[in-house]
Amino acid sequence: MATTSVTSKRPNWMKARWWFTGSRPRLVITSLILLPICFFWIYPFLWTVSAALKSNGEIFAGLGLVPQKLEWSNFARAWTQAHIGRYFLNTVVITASSVAIVVITTSMMGYVLGRYRFPGKRIVIGILVATVFLPQGYTIIPVFELINGLGLSGSLLGVILGTSGGTPIIFILLFTGYFSRLPHELEEAAIIDGAGFFRVFWQVMLPLSRPIIATVAIMQTLQAWNDFLLPLVLTLARPDLRTLAVGIYAFRGEFFVDWSGMAAAATITILPIIILFLFMQRYFVEGIAGAVKQ
Amino acid sequence: MAIPNLNTRATPKPAAKSLWQEIWKARWCYVFMLPSLILTGMFTFYPIFASWYFAFLDWSGFTASKTFVGLANFQEVMGDGLFWGAFRRSFIFMLVSVPLQMLLSLIVAIILNDKALKLAPFFRTMFFIPVVTTTAIVGIVMSFIFSPFNGPINRILVNAGILSRPIDFLGSADTALWTVIGVFVWKWFGITMIYWLASLQTVPADLYEAARLDGAGRWALFRYIIFPLLVPFAIVILLITAVGSLNVFALVQTMTGGGPFYSSEVMEVYIYRTAFGTGGGGSVPRLGYASAAGVFFGLAVMVITLLQGLAVRGMRARRAS
Repeated sequence: MATTSVTSKRPNWMKARWWFTGSRPRLVITSLILLPICFFWIYPFLWTVSAALKSNGEIFAGLGLVPQKLEWSNFARAWTQAHIGRYFLNTVVITASSVAIVVITTSMMGYVLGRYRFPGKRIVIGILVATVFLPQGYTIIPVFELINGLGLSGSLLGVILGTSGGTPIIFILLFTGYFSRLPHELEEAAIIDGAGFFRVFWQVMLPLSRPIIATVAIMQTLQAWNDFLLPLVLTLARPDLRTLAVGIYAFRGEFFVDWSGMAAAATITILPIIILFLFMQRYFVEGIAGAVKQ
Repeated sequence: MAIPNLNTRATPKPAAKSLWQEIWKARWCYVFMLPSLILTGMFTFYPIFASWYFAFLDWSGFTASKTFVGLANFQEVMGDGLFWGAFRRSFIFMLVSVPLQMLLSLIVAIILNDKALKLAPFFRTMFFIPVVTTTAIVGIVMSFIFSPFNGPINRILVNAGILSRPIDFLGSADTALWTVIGVFVWKWFGITMIYWLASLQTVPADLYEAARLDGAGRWALFRYIIFPLLVPFAIVILLITAVGSLNVFALVQTMTGGGPFYSSEVMEVYIYRTAFGTGGGGSVPRLGYASAAGVFFGLAVMVITLLQGLAVRGMRARRAS
């Protein structure tokens, strides 16, 4: 593989007009090697979608991905009997609420850090940066206790708050970087028109930061939709509040022979996020690349 | 509403002003930081300090009474073979998955960074798809994919004649941890690849040209031009990937639950099992004890990170001199 990578670079003696034709065989070979690798790479997802449309007996009967007959009833069974419908709704509510909370709080924080100088600013930034690399799993016990202490263990609000409070520090830094690069003339005009601090932010600066809002919203959607440990711990005593990830984990324990129903539930969970990714890929990639460049 | 020092960066700071005046002038800044600071305070800073406090308690959670037991939890943690097993496996997980993930994704990133490769965006998308999918679901699906009872992987290996009979990848103590590590690398490969691609794009195109005009070979081009430019990024990527390799709960819990016979139990699963008493056998939840294990492990990770940082600094200093 390593040699293919290097050989696919154009040799230096080739002039521009040889650029295409000269290196084509190498690129074709590279592509021909990568295509089957990519197929196996996403095979588990193809297998899941295919299993969701097969009958229970057919799933482990062979390697073929195309079902003999499409069994849409698997989805209906998962949706109602296994309560995936309710878990889906819970997950949507948690994801949407946490995205709203995270976008509002991190944009406000990033705005003042990126555009103003005030006493204590360096301390705040220093502390935030120090916690970027804190693994989440080791703080679960205090978070669990805190949510219980606030009396939120019996509601979705507890999960929403926990999900929103988990990881937004990198988002703050994304907003800080973006706002600090915007020219100052922008808000000067608004101030001359008599706009106050809040209006400058809300009507001038926030609309300008749409690309970062999109990136943060998508990254947080990913985080909230896929979170497992926090909703698992917070819903141990309340099965009706489970998210999809937790619900399907419990599903395996309860209906362990209903493979096609489980595959249907898994498809319901991962398909929306894959589709979102395919359409909003640019923002995903920017959000992740931004983490390295900060 | 007053406008606080908006142009402070453009104009020099006025010297004769008290701290309180400055703070009052910037009061809106503090108001704007408040919601975010409350959230991070509750869910990031408070847990760090609370873990330490809980570690000194005998406490089974909820409304149960908390008894201060001093260092008893830590003593018990030290004497628990299962704790050291989980401790060791967490580091094995990191030491195996991080280099594998970084090296393989760098190779693919270099291939995909070639602008002449027309299908590169497609390949990038495919490699990235596992990253966006729900980890817990991936774990459950993988437990079927690796199933010894006609699971696709075993079927392919047996049909191809590589295996004479199916291997119980997740059900045998010899292979469970390695299988999970393999799936972990596959799952997060795409994110490291994007980090590398972002870093590679900072290498100016004329550098390649200049090197070629000087007649540099391809290996020389990588070794002397690209590699040195990647080093600062590589350190950040290493740090992110290493921290990521400690966040494995969802995958391990859904694929093996730490089993069989604790053979794939990593630190997070150990903490979860002791804290929430789901290890079976009607064990009592022990939040204080689990906190002590978490705090001790957190300290160990911090010390190792510091040593790593010192080593990197030492290496740089030697190179510079």
